[in-house]
Amino acid sequence: MKRPKVLATAAAGAVLLSLGLSACGGGDDGDGGDGNGATAKFDAGTTGIVNASEKKGGVLKMGMSDDFDSTDPGNTYYAFGNNFIRLYSRTLMTYTSKPGADSTKSSPDLAQAPGVPSDGNRTWTYKLKPGLKYEDGTPIKAADIKYAVARTYDRGVLGKGPAYFATLLNAGDYKGPYKDKNLDNFKGVETPDDSTVIFKLKDPFAEFNELVTFSGQTAPVPQAKDTGSRYALHPLSSGPYKWEGDYQPKKGGVLVRNTNWDPATDPNRKQLPDRIEIAAGLEGNEVDNRLLAGTLHVDLPGSGVQAAARQKLLTDPKLKANADNPLAGFHWYIPINVKNIPNVECRKAIVYATDRDALYRAYGGEVGGELATSIQPPNVAGRQKGTDFYTQAQVGYKGDVAKAKEALAACGQPNGFATTMVFRSDREKEKAVAEAMEQALARVGIKLTLKGYPSGTYTGEQFGSPAFVKKDKIGLGTYGWAPDWPTGYGYLQPISDGKAIVSSGNSNPSEFNDTQVNKLWNDVVKLQDPAERDKVYNQIDERMREQAAYIPNVYAKSLLYRPTTLTNVYYHAGFGMYDYANLGVTG
Amino acid sequence: MGDKATGTLDEGAVGAGSSPPTAFLEVRDLRIHFPTDDGLVRSVDGLSFALERGRTLGIVGESGSGKSVTSLGILGLHNRRNAKVSGEIWLDGQELVGAQPDRVRRLRGRHMAMIFQDPLSAMHPFYTVGNQIIEAYRVHNDVSKKVARKHAIDMLGRVGIPKPDSRVDDYPHQFSGGMRQRAMIAMALSCDPELLIADEPTTALDVTVQAQILDLLRDLQEEFNSAIIMITHDLGVVAEMADDVLVMYAGRCVEQATVDEAFHRPLHPYTWGLLGSMPRLDRERSERLMPIKGSPPSLINVPVGCAFSPRCAYAGLNDGRSESERPELVELEPGHRAACHLPLEQRREIWESEIRSKL
Amino acid sequence: MIAFIVRRLLGAVGLLLVVSAVTFAIFFLVPKAAGVSSDDLAARFAGKSPTPAALAEIKERFGLDDPVPVQYGRFVKALVAGDTYDTGTQEIDCPAPCLGYSFRTSQSVLDQVVDRVPVTLSIALGAAVLWLLAGVSIGVLSALRRGTIFDRAAMGIALAGVSLPIFFTGLLSLAFIVYKWELLPAVNYVPLTENPAKWFSGLILPWVTLAFLYAALYARLTRAGMLETLNEDYIRTARAKGLSERTVITKHALRATLTPILTIFGLDLGLLLGGAILTERTFSLKGLGQLALDGVNQSDLPVVIGVTLTAALFIVVANLLVDILYGVVDPRVRHS
Repeated sequence: MKRPKVLATAAAGAVLLSLGLSACGGGDDGDGGDGNGATAKFDAGTTGIVNASEKKGGVLKMGMSDDFDSTDPGNTYYAFGNNFIRLYSRTLMTYTSKPGADSTKSSPDLAQAPGVPSDGNRTWTYKLKPGLKYEDGTPIKAADIKYAVARTYDRGVLGKGPAYFATLLNAGDYKGPYKDKNLDNFKGVETPDDSTVIFKLKDPFAEFNELVTFSGQTAPVPQAKDTGSRYALHPLSSGPYKWEGDYQPKKGGVLVRNTNWDPATDPNRKQLPDRIEIAAGLEGNEVDNRLLAGTLHVDLPGSGVQAAARQKLLTDPKLKANADNPLAGFHWYIPINVKNIPNVECRKAIVYATDRDALYRAYGGEVGGELATSIQPPNVAGRQKGTDFYTQAQVGYKGDVAKAKEALAACGQPNGFATTMVFRSDREKEKAVAEAMEQALARVGIKLTLKGYPSGTYTGEQFGSPAFVKKDKIGLGTYGWAPDWPTGYGYLQPISDGKAIVSSGNSNPSEFNDTQVNKLWNDVVKLQDPAERDKVYNQIDERMREQAAYIPNVYAKSLLYRPTTLTNVYYHAGFGMYDYANLGVTG
Repeated sequence: MGDKATGTLDEGAVGAGSSPPTAFLEVRDLRIHFPTDDGLVRSVDGLSFALERGRTLGIVGESGSGKSVTSLGILGLHNRRNAKVSGEIWLDGQELVGAQPDRVRRLRGRHMAMIFQDPLSAMHPFYTVGNQIIEAYRVHNDVSKKVARKHAIDMLGRVGIPKPDSRVDDYPHQFSGGMRQRAMIAMALSCDPELLIADEPTTALDVTVQAQILDLLRDLQEEFNSAIIMITHDLGVVAEMADDVLVMYAGRCVEQATVDEAFHRPLHPYTWGLLGSMPRLDRERSERLMPIKGSPPSLINVPVGCAFSPRCAYAGLNDGRSESERPELVELEPGHRAACHLPLEQRREIWESEIRSKL
Repeated sequence: MIAFIVRRLLGAVGLLLVVSAVTFAIFFLVPKAAGVSSDDLAARFAGKSPTPAALAEIKERFGLDDPVPVQYGRFVKALVAGDTYDTGTQEIDCPAPCLGYSFRTSQSVLDQVVDRVPVTLSIALGAAVLWLLAGVSIGVLSALRRGTIFDRAAMGIALAGVSLPIFFTGLLSLAFIVYKWELLPAVNYVPLTENPAKWFSGLILPWVTLAFLYAALYARLTRAGMLETLNEDYIRTARAKGLSERTVITKHALRATLTPILTIFGLDLGLLLGGAILTERTFSLKGLGQLALDGVNQSDLPVVIGVTLTAALFIVVANLLVDILYGVVDPRVRHS
């Protein structure tokens, strides 16, 4: 099964890059728990709700420097898009709206309960809550969800969203409802009645609920209301807000209260502001300026402020009290290519020699990230911290030269060897990482040749192309990864399963193809119990490091600003940013 | 105005001191200097003359002798920032050099007007001929546009432009050269000025048109009883038009006389040279013109002594005085002045024996 | 005159065709020369990690595999005869002149252009009024007071104005004037017809910033032109007529000075109407320039061509107007 990669997007990457070297200490935020009544201090929104309030009214202003990939819930992929569409689209399942680790858990939304698997995880059945309505008062029917899933099959009309359903469902060569108007021909979803939705899969798939949680593609679309590629301009609302007029791509739009939304059926959303105004295409610094001035409440991509504003935030205690510094969900690690460096002892020598302290500082120290132990970042549900292999996740740890030399000797290369390290040339921090590696490895005689490539083609055509890696004898490179959904499967499978290696856009640039791990991946999708699966994921994580195919580096942290006029603000780990469906404004 | 009369007056200049003169126009010790990066350019350096109404003064000289600078100086058109003007200019009892610029401006166009030499560049290309005449009239006469327009058509008619009521709306580029000059004259005469300065009014025109224009000026002078200053390097024009002649060389007057005196009994070698370089129809074709050798001096470094001496064939006859001492402008006969070191008798002899016969 | 205008308009049509063809060629042929396949092109309109089947569907939908001349022919045909657009669920009629539909947002390009013209028009015209007033008066004063402290200071500032990029002056003025000192409301476009006061206050800063750049240029031009004009014989004539200095300057000198500036002004304005990209980007205004920028960034061919054509049209029309106006202003042109 091919899994679309969710790599650090340019925006996210740029912001993470912009997290500077100045390591101003983050405040100790004490309790991370109940999420109520956290006061406005630095990082308070990472673990609790800031300005908790049920006060209704006001205008919530959201903005962004670019635009959504789409406002059509069936055609958006980015986390901030999936977060945003919750304002007007409800799906079968959604992320729990709670601060802290709870936010990565699935919660029934249109469905009464999580999907019930049968047939060895090949059939997943959902029952809809009663009384659900669209903005026009018409009832939401199971067939509308079937239709919503069916339309994602037409990659020509709706090509931007995830392709999981078309890959997983057992629907033959169904081409989508635009080419085949008769929905009965779509066999991947069955709707025996108006409130039952049954997904039929080709193969067992344990994390179907997580998939349905992450994707907006189960948001119901009545066939009669579908306008194809133009549906994004005015999707029919099932959530607390509806579009006032059309959304105008690259300009923006306005959401107003949807009076046909029943809060009693929806524990995960509030409906506090009267209006929500969205402005697209703002100049990057303008977004930060407006945030700091309080004239904009939310920077939609949620990846943090830019360099100029970051400086202000970290140096002005009053501003800093309104900033959060959560883990962003990315792990910047360094894959070691096992084809070009096949001897595990040689790979171990690289890990031993790695100067973790220098890499940590390259990513901006404490504000920029957290030293990584496991490959899975802490946001992944069930992830265990793990133990260090051949390295130490400690500030000040410069590597172990003696152990590295021992490993080199065991590898039969006591004087070291030469290889190539690649990085994204337009990312200062990755360049710094590559230079730090070059220096550190030189201590044990491993000579690195550094090569930079533009980020636009790096993951597709250079480090993401096994042929290119082979031709240029690339031994290691900089890399970053965030999952579609925060489980071990979502995070690790695309980067460690031998089946996931593809000829271009390869997200397993280690080309790690370990029989033991491959078998674990084949079996884990059949396991019913999440805890059992988590155990397997942690086992795989350990094996990846034990084989010295990945150097853990830094879990990325973003620097978010929440204007004081914003209420009910908290960092939502499921989306990797603030939860947009529960915000309110004062005044 | 007393402080203005400090320059040393040339001997024989009309009047003395700063008292108002009797003549209609009187220029006393006029000096117009331009400071430049290369030095002080003495374009006009102590010029005095007088002119009565109804009379025409011809100012002749080569290019750069200060003729045009003088005329612009009388009109007060030099920019005070880059030109230093001193001396006195009395027009109808008013002194102009020391007067407020705005007072001089009110005199311009009304009491003194000027006809410029190249009417194509001297008229605004974007406004109709009529418009420009109307403007000249209305600035000094509080009349409606309609009245002014009628006046402009009258003026165009009087200077001999056919169908003036339609041509009045033409632009300068639609006129021929002669017509433009007529229009220029119409504009200058629109307020019946008492003093008319014509700067090379016929240079750009062909001979027949030239004669027409001169006739026109003469007629108009009779009609308005204007005083005319005719600036030219064409002695033929002077002979035809002027009552008196003022010959300028290097910013100073070297000879001043009536036309008759100047043409028949000139007393300065430079004047002889000018006459010698004038083509004449009544002369044998085989005879060559006798141009003045050399070129006019730099106005920054005017030669010590007689400014003309480097080019003068007789400079050697003065025991070196030509190179050391500037000859004063002296009234040699009533109304005839010249500035030359040569003894008067010797000059008369040279004129009669060497020069006159060759002209 | 009519014949002249008709001839020019016909020429303009030809020019626009050339412009669109060149845009097409740049869009398709340049990437091709750089080794970008039509798959790569299609991938730009697909989501993450598209499958080959998905790419094939996109290529078919946008006709990206057709030869470039065929695609261009289709474009011209739509422009002249109109077209229909398939959203998947319905066929939308796109009457001539149909600029097509955005690959990205499925919006009619013509609608987007029409939607954005008032923004750019507001920015450009407002700034133009300012820079003409400021630039010309400073230039005239500078020329009249040549060499004085005023002249030196004005020309020094003008040099700075010409040299400083708009995103620098723009971002700086935003940071201080709007956010730090709060002297002006945030920059925002409100249609004139909706609220004239807000339209005005929301655009002051972009106007001033943009005008600063151009005013500097125009001040220098005006000063040079004025100095030249003041040496003209007809200015001396005007003074000799006894006209007041004010009349001489405003009626005689200024008119002659401004005539050549008019040509430059027409071209500048035409260029600006095609999109004040930097200004719009700096102040987050949604004009044609931003549309063009987005179109290019997102490889959205119909948008790119639509905006390019619109911009070219503005320049052609501005040129034509300048030529016609020149005839009005300068009678020598009219009669030749």
